[in-house]
Amino acid sequence: MGGLAGVAAPHRLGLARPPAMLTYLARRVLYAIPIALSVGLVCFLLVHIAPGDPINAIVPADAPQELVDQIRRDYGLDRPLPIQFGIWLGRVALGDFGTSLATGRAVWADLSVAIANTLRLAMTAGLIGFVLGCVLGGLAGSFQGGAIDKLAVGLAVTGVSVPHYWLGMVLVILFSVTLGWLPAMGAGPGGSSDWAWDWAHLQHLILPAVTLSVIPMGIVTRTVRGLVAEILNQEFILTLRGKGLRRWGIFLHVVKNAAPNTIAVIGLQLGYLMGGSILVETVFSWPGTGLLLNSAIFQRDLPVLQATILVLALFFVALNLVVDLAQTALDPRIRRG
Amino acid sequence: MTTRSMLAAASLAALVAAAPFAAIAQGTIRIGMTAADIPLTHGQPDQGFEGNRFTGIPLYNALTEWDLTRGDRPTPLRPGLALSWEVDANDKTRWVFRLRPGVKFHDGSDFNADAVVWNVRKVLDREAPHFDPRQVGVTATRMPTLRRAEKIDDLTVALYTSEPDSLLPINLTNLFMASPKHWEAKRAGAANAEAAWNAFAADPSGTGPFRMARFVPRERAEFVRNDAYWGAKAKADRIVLLPIPEANARTAALLSGQVDWIEAPAPDAVPQLRARGMRIETNTQPHVWPWQPCFVDGSPLADVRVRKAINLGIDREGLKTLLGGLMVPAVGTVQPGHPWWGNPSFQIRYDPAEARRLLAEAGYGPQRPLTLKVQISASGSGQMQPLPMNEFIQQNLKAIGVNVEFDVIEWNALFTNWRRGCRDASARGAHAINVSFATMDPFFAMVRFWDSKMAPPVSNNWGFFSDPRFDAMVAEARQTFDPVARDAALARLHAAGVDEALFIWIAHDVSPRAMSPRVRGFVQPQSWFVDLTLPYIQ
Repeated sequence: MGGLAGVAAPHRLGLARPPAMLTYLARRVLYAIPIALSVGLVCFLLVHIAPGDPINAIVPADAPQELVDQIRRDYGLDRPLPIQFGIWLGRVALGDFGTSLATGRAVWADLSVAIANTLRLAMTAGLIGFVLGCVLGGLAGSFQGGAIDKLAVGLAVTGVSVPHYWLGMVLVILFSVTLGWLPAMGAGPGGSSDWAWDWAHLQHLILPAVTLSVIPMGIVTRTVRGLVAEILNQEFILTLRGKGLRRWGIFLHVVKNAAPNTIAVIGLQLGYLMGGSILVETVFSWPGTGLLLNSAIFQRDLPVLQATILVLALFFVALNLVVDLAQTALDPRIRRG
Repeated sequence: MTTRSMLAAASLAALVAAAPFAAIAQGTIRIGMTAADIPLTHGQPDQGFEGNRFTGIPLYNALTEWDLTRGDRPTPLRPGLALSWEVDANDKTRWVFRLRPGVKFHDGSDFNADAVVWNVRKVLDREAPHFDPRQVGVTATRMPTLRRAEKIDDLTVALYTSEPDSLLPINLTNLFMASPKHWEAKRAGAANAEAAWNAFAADPSGTGPFRMARFVPRERAEFVRNDAYWGAKAKADRIVLLPIPEANARTAALLSGQVDWIEAPAPDAVPQLRARGMRIETNTQPHVWPWQPCFVDGSPLADVRVRKAINLGIDREGLKTLLGGLMVPAVGTVQPGHPWWGNPSFQIRYDPAEARRLLAEAGYGPQRPLTLKVQISASGSGQMQPLPMNEFIQQNLKAIGVNVEFDVIEWNALFTNWRRGCRDASARGAHAINVSFATMDPFFAMVRFWDSKMAPPVSNNWGFFSDPRFDAMVAEARQTFDPVARDAALARLHAAGVDEALFIWIAHDVSPRAMSPRVRGFVQPQSWFVDLTLPYIQ
């Protein structure tokens, strides 16, 4: 194996110099501020441009105009939009997301619970999707053109093509209604407030998590398959084989080379899982951010809508940052300084 | 061990093993609601009438309430926390209510005249320390003339209206009595009144047949029977409310045994539910699914002959078949047999020949076809199945030579447009609007549409209908205080409305709900509400 030292194993684990990395980190955190502002502004404007009136979350349409005007004043909805936006922004900067127009409860109280529930769902779905995607993609890339490859590609195409809310309904019909094996909805026998990682709760998580995992599974499978196939065709792999490296050793080199791009895709998919589960959460009545957004949209509950979108956007920004740092750690060529 | 003792031991073991399930099976009813959140629990629920149904009436009482114990008649009003009431003979804006003695809130404090005054002030007196603007919207609109309350003695209270209004006792079914003492206790530990109401909502105290035992926002509310209830005690031990806004998810939850009862199953799921042994409960509801005409100059529907023709050109029985039987054909705002039905001479039926004749008389025919534009929604509370229903009507009317164009807009936007009127730009030239509504209260069933003073922006006279004859009939009904005479006045108003075809009446909802056969004792009244004291689990 001593001869291997002379081969330029292209990627080694290594970290950027701390000062450069710290500068980069600080810059990325600063970038998040205008992004958050833009997201907040766009969301605020879109909600106000859309037809309908947020006051309908509070009063029925048959309310006398005098009452409607009074309540509009009470909630500050009669003020010019820039002032409303400024007030909201000022409160958010102090960590106050305000109160829901529909329920009167503090937005953060409901949002924090919803985020925890969505994280549970997204992480579980991610675990299923990413592990399956890496395994299937790795096998497909290693045995290109074979039966395993065709099967994996078929699963990947199906995963990205099947509407996940449709799949959710089919799984419910099969496993809940027909077989009676798993619950059809909810986040536990007593709701999510007493969540525990026990079977009583996990059985509520299985169907939504599997439903949500098919798209990332498909995307990761295709990504990993392409990467593995490409890496296996590179000259350094031939050299490694020529030097007598066994399959396991080559596998480790393939993993190291495929990891940066795979992590980038996984990071993006995790972001989509956090923000893109509205339909799945609605189908399964899973009390996460998707269901919260859904009801806030229909009720024109502006504070809930704005806060949820802002937090999800910031989560996406943070996730991208973590992915970038992880990529840098795995591939020193990707310098971020 | 003898055979007998072995059998006894085995029976005992089986009994012990089954005990936890039996405890659930005896009296916990799990209900899947259509709402996306638990309706507000502080005493003035949101989420429309589903809120009153599930977190208003079970936890609280009002001075007057609906008798929901029978399904074979229009739901009558009955005494609630008030035993009797009468208008002051000398001042028709003053009502005297005599209260039920011995009633206690869930926290043990007494219900009395002070509590009534306190509850009126919570939504009408902006100076009151416990005034809550969030409760005003869902309350004041349903009691448009109530102004204030005054204690006469511990068990007598006077309520004042802005004008003589015989409808006040009906309106008061919407004012639920929350415990002042319990709120004060919450206020002591809260930063302000708003926070106190939030704390109260998490741990409410009313006088109703159930007490709240558990509340998980957005996920569930659990009620237990109030064994100290002043009226007939509930049969079920516990009620669990679960918000399941998606119709297919509700159906799956019922079929998989996660809930015992669901509200509004999807119509196409009804055969499957029946096949699996579920019971579908329906009854006529005080609800109308109409087209509301625009009466302004230039609108074809300003002509009564056209309005009658459209009413006669719709095959309501065919529409009922389309909906799997889940509607009642509407031939007026209320149905024949209702105290407000009256005796209209215009008989609404499916008669395309007569419809064509009326259109021809109005100047429309093959040479001059009539085109109508209608604003509709794709979904919405109480809107039933708006797209297929409207498309069915479109085909019906095509057969009598009327072309219908739809302006499909989002439900919330349509609701907003409804109070702006057909002259407003938001109507985009529509000749009718399709917004369904409840008809339990004469104000909401007729007055707000047919009184010229209710034209936008005041209320929902979207079409700007104006006729002094109708204004006079509305005034007469509101100022007739004998209930029988008032109903007679309302019947005259309704009959006149039908004769003038002031709506295109199409359907009444039947409020379908599906239940496990284990749910017994349930009564589906002719109402938006149900009496949760009646059902139990067998």
